[in-house]
Amino acid sequence: MRTTSFLLLLVLSGTAGDLSITRAMKQVGAVEDFRPSTILRSLLRALQYASMWIGVGLHALAFGSFLALLSWADVSFVVPASALSYAVGVVGAKLFLRETITFSRWAGVLFISFGVVFVVIG
Amino acid sequence: MSQPGLRTRTAVLIVLTVIFNSSGNLCLSIGMKHVSRVQDWSLARLAMLGRITAASGIVWVGVGLLALFFISYLLLLSSADYSYVLPASAAGYAIVPLLGYTFGGERVSPLRWSGVLLISAGVMMVGRTPVRTSTVG
Repeated sequence: MRTTSFLLLLVLSGTAGDLSITRAMKQVGAVEDFRPSTILRSLLRALQYASMWIGVGLHALAFGSFLALLSWADVSFVVPASALSYAVGVVGAKLFLRETITFSRWAGVLFISFGVVFVVIG
Repeated sequence: MSQPGLRTRTAVLIVLTVIFNSSGNLCLSIGMKHVSRVQDWSLARLAMLGRITAASGIVWVGVGLLALFFISYLLLLSSADYSYVLPASAAGYAIVPLLGYTFGGERVSPLRWSGVLLISAGVMMVGRTPVRTSTVG
C-alpha cells in the first residue's frame, strides 16, 4: 500500500510538474534564436509565470518520492513502474494542454512504455 | 516556423537532451560511488559527505551536464508538444544498451533487445506525428 501510494505520488507529481513547466514555456513562446543572451532572457521570462514555480515544486515532490521509494523498494521495480508516466503524461497533455493525440502517437507511447519495462528488467 | 524546420530543430534538441541527460547521470553515478563509501550517517559525517561531494570534479561535470539537459528540455517544450517530447526522449533507454553492446562488449539479454526494438519502433511512430498541435500559450 505504501509503495503504491508513493509510486502514484511520483508519477502524478512528476507528470503534473512537467505539464506546468510546459504551460509556462508555451506562454513564453517558441525560442528560435539560440544565442546565450536570448536563451537566458527566455528562461528569466519563464520564471515570471506561476506555473513554472508550481512545476519546479512538483518536480521536487516527485524527486522526494523517488528517493523515499528507493529507500525500501528495488530500483529494478521503481524505474520500470515509473514508465507509467509516459501514458499518464499523454493523457495530461490532452486534457490540460489540449494537444491532439493521434492513434500513431498513442501506439508509439504504448510501445515505448513496454519497451522501457523490458529494457530495465531484461 | 515551418513544420520541416520545426521538426529538424526539435530532433536536434531531443538528441542534445538525451546526450546531456545520459552523460550527466553517468558522471553523477561515478562521482557518488566514491561518496557512498561513507557508512556512518551522523551529522558530522553528513557534513563530510557534503564536502566530499562538493570536492568531486566529476560530480560538478554531472551537475553542469544536467543543467544543460534542463535548458535544452525547456527550449524543446517552448515549441513542441509535451506528448511528442516525452516519448521521443525515451530514446535514451534504447541507446544506452546499444552503446554498451557496441563499445563496452556487454552482454544484452533477448528481453532487453526486444525492449530496444519496441522503444525504437515507438519513437519512430511518435516522430511521424506533428511536432506541435497545442493551442495553449
